[in-house]
Amino acid sequence: MFNYRFQWRQAWARLPEMLDGAIITMQVAVLSMVIGILLAIALTVFRRSGSRVLSGIATTWVEIARNTPALFQIYMAHFGLAGLGLHLSPYASLLLGITFNNAGYLAENFRGALKAIPDTQTRAGRSLGLSDIQAFRHIVLPQMIRISFPTITNQMVWAVLMTSLGVTVGMNLDLYGVTQDLNALTFRTFELFAMAAVIFYVIVKIIQAGAWLISRRLFRY
Amino acid sequence: MLDTALSANDFLFLAKGAGMTIFVTILSVFFGTILGIIFGVIRYQLGPYWSAPLMIVLDVFRSIPLLIQLVLTYAFLGTVLRLGLSGLTVACIVLTMYTSAYCAEIVRGGIEAVPMTLRRASRSLGMTWAQDMRNIVLPLATRVALPSWIGLALGVMKDSALVYVVQVTELLKSTQILITRLQEPLLLLMICGAFYFLISFPVARFGGYLEKRWSND
Amino acid sequence: MIEIENVRKSFGTLEVLKGIDLTVNKGEVLTVIGGSGSGKSTLLTCINGLEPINAGKIVVDGTEVHAKSTDLNRLRQKIGIVFQQWNAFPHLTVQENVMLAPRKVKGMPKAQAAEIASKQLKHVGLGDKLDVYPGRLSGGQQQRMAIARALAMSPDYMLFDEVTSALDPQLVGEVLDTLRLLASEGMTMICVTHEMKFAREVSDRVAFFHQGVMAEIAPPADLFGNPKDPELQKFLAATH
Repeated sequence: MFNYRFQWRQAWARLPEMLDGAIITMQVAVLSMVIGILLAIALTVFRRSGSRVLSGIATTWVEIARNTPALFQIYMAHFGLAGLGLHLSPYASLLLGITFNNAGYLAENFRGALKAIPDTQTRAGRSLGLSDIQAFRHIVLPQMIRISFPTITNQMVWAVLMTSLGVTVGMNLDLYGVTQDLNALTFRTFELFAMAAVIFYVIVKIIQAGAWLISRRLFRY
Repeated sequence: MLDTALSANDFLFLAKGAGMTIFVTILSVFFGTILGIIFGVIRYQLGPYWSAPLMIVLDVFRSIPLLIQLVLTYAFLGTVLRLGLSGLTVACIVLTMYTSAYCAEIVRGGIEAVPMTLRRASRSLGMTWAQDMRNIVLPLATRVALPSWIGLALGVMKDSALVYVVQVTELLKSTQILITRLQEPLLLLMICGAFYFLISFPVARFGGYLEKRWSND
Repeated sequence: MIEIENVRKSFGTLEVLKGIDLTVNKGEVLTVIGGSGSGKSTLLTCINGLEPINAGKIVVDGTEVHAKSTDLNRLRQKIGIVFQQWNAFPHLTVQENVMLAPRKVKGMPKAQAAEIASKQLKHVGLGDKLDVYPGRLSGGQQQRMAIARALAMSPDYMLFDEVTSALDPQLVGEVLDTLRLLASEGMTMICVTHEMKFAREVSDRVAFFHQGVMAEIAPPADLFGNPKDPELQKFLAATH
């Protein structure tokens, strides 16, 4: 039954290439989170704006992001937009797809977080002479980020895991893509993907540990 | 737009893909939930220290991409152990474990939400562990856990789109095959997206409604 | 000077202010008493421009509060308000709470804002709590912090809306002492309060509101010693 001969050395020799891929994976994940958080804040403001058009756009975005597969969203960014004449590179498609997904999930969470912050906080800020925007930026937003911090951390982990989907639109620079290409070259499927799994696992643990440290430093109240 | 190259056969092909998506989802969610409940209860009964080995293993399923879980399992069972399992079997095994890993956390959260005083009260009335679990913990924990569980089940349905990697032709893969053949990406993706959306959206809304209703009392 | 002329205010069909006329002079301490629903708190939020009014006008130092052309954010720098609920910003330290408005509204450099904040906090007796988060403070301390926060904008007028009503009885005294201190320093103040003893001691004039109408206004000795309005007589009898 166990006549398969593991060849770890062959896979191990490819570690530098895979780590390069891991850096691209992190790059895509971080970018998609930074842009995703900013978009999520915008969507949250849209949904509270009272404008029917803006809140309609935001709600549509959020519901599509939450109710279709992430892979579908990446396909849309690649094949769907291509159907409209907009041809994005695999990197751009992947980044766009994940960012869209991040923004939708985070916006939904932000909305819930805002409900936990009493209106009197804004009112107190307004009575001190702060403008609406200043009150949101300096009083509401920091409290919202704290409430949503665990969700933001989770979404960051998701973003890293979602980068593996880029391979379906031809992305081959990220960790999964590199592993896939090496597999086509060497056929050491199990060894290569096991190594990729370990690298993903380590990345996720680093993110979770980092988030823990940041939250300890940032949220002392 | 609908009078394009899309024939009745193509629709049938998509429908078969959708059927596969639903089949894989239901099977995995069913077995994954049973396992998840078992793991969750074990986690709760043993406490964080003694259940650590189990929880670390389950955490792995949440910390590496599902795509890699599928490829690795397929390679391990196929080329290492030479079990000759079909891609569909592998897909269901992996998604079941994946579901159970998330479900265990939900179950644990649900049990922990039942106030200790209530449980002490039921035990002091002479209920056995099993009676306490069945009559006190289960109904109360379900209220806390069900909305999250609905979210998990929908998540598994969406994530089942990845089983294409072990040669299972589910809805999204069928769509992609048709895209390559018909060169109608936008239309086909819209149909595919609408299918997921029309299942997920109402069910998610229902979950949100339950959460709201139950958190009020 | 705050001039209030025939101000009317409704919430839906409920008229809570039915034509209020009142002038508050510089350096004056006016307390407003009355039952709940008498409109006294609403008047304060109207003076600050936090609530629109339906008729009449409110003029603060020659600026009409509810005129379209009025820059409310600028006007509010003149008028500090402290609410029943202190609304401490939980994510900022006590000092940062007080520094926020001077920095963001007045564009003050950080060091200068910090200095003003620590001065105002010492003033209200919180000099040793600068780096503490409000969650660690008692209600009375948080309320004093809210007062310092308003004072840091160096307002010409201070409005106090039942600032002791949400406090545990043993914490009321420290907040009232802070108000007394401000009054003795010549701050122009309008205090909505249920503390009759405080009203009697500190005020230049006391106004009694009843069902949206200012039923009586007089120096405390007259108003408490010789109430004319029958509703006021009933009110005072009930509170004693």
